[in-house]
Amino acid sequence: MKFSVTVTLKKDVLDPQGKAVQNTLINLGMSDLKSIRQGKFFQIELNEKDSKKAEARIDEMCKKLLANLIIEDYKIDKL
Amino acid sequence: MKSSVIVFPGSNCDRDIAVALEKLQFKNQMVWHKDTSLPKSDLIVIPGGFSFGDYLRSGAIAGKSLIIDEVIKAANSGCLILGICNGFQILTETGLLKGTLLRNKNLRFINRDVNIKVMNNKTKFSSKYELNQVLKINIAHNEGNYFTSNQHLEELKKDNLIAFKYCDEKGNTNEKSNPNGALENIAGIYNSKKNILGMMPHPERMIDDIISNTDGVNLFSSLLN
Repeated sequence: MKFSVTVTLKKDVLDPQGKAVQNTLINLGMSDLKSIRQGKFFQIELNEKDSKKAEARIDEMCKKLLANLIIEDYKIDKL
Repeated sequence: MKSSVIVFPGSNCDRDIAVALEKLQFKNQMVWHKDTSLPKSDLIVIPGGFSFGDYLRSGAIAGKSLIIDEVIKAANSGCLILGICNGFQILTETGLLKGTLLRNKNLRFINRDVNIKVMNNKTKFSSKYELNQVLKINIAHNEGNYFTSNQHLEELKKDNLIAFKYCDEKGNTNEKSNPNGALENIAGIYNSKKNILGMMPHPERMIDDIISNTDGVNLFSSLLN
């Protein structure tokens, strides 16, 4: 079973990298750019056929390692 | 006094801290991150560096390494723990210290000597310093921008858990004297029991006038009391 996990900074946490990317894109002429937040993306494959169990496992991975819940949110999608 | 320095792949201040500890007459041992037991220690140091190449987040992988379970057990039974720079980042990833260290506000790696102020001199790490004493200590980091929840920040203030704040030569803490954007100029914090100190500046680099100054010595000599 395959999943993707997207980790992003929480809304109220400053994202200086996203800001730098945003400024560069604006410099490249993308004047309609409103905002950019930079994040991380993981593709995960599990040896588990039960989708509920699999999703619970991915959730555990996010909480234990993939995301830092003080500053980051995560979103799990089944692929 | 017995100390242990935990070594991860990518640690690069482990020998400096060992030299500092030995100079102050600590009996020091180096402990590899894959070890599953700790030698009897009064002090455990998590050194600076770039453990596991800062993969995922600074300190995230080291914070889940085998030896960390032992460090957490020792911390909970009152052992003194000092995390410097990457060591501070690792301690926040283990949950032993709250909050986290974000990328420096100016997006640059900063390596220079800065002034920090002693905010609490009633702990085992700081008793030889004066309250509000201004020290000159080196910082060298890319993620030193301390961040935490409002609730924890209140707790830090109320319980006097802020160890050091970035300041200017006169001790003023303001935006100008804040090198990395850290919340309220915080350079180091204690846990609620004050047996764990995490700090971004490098006291182990300030133990000899030949190469820098001796402003870091009292941190180690405080521990010997």
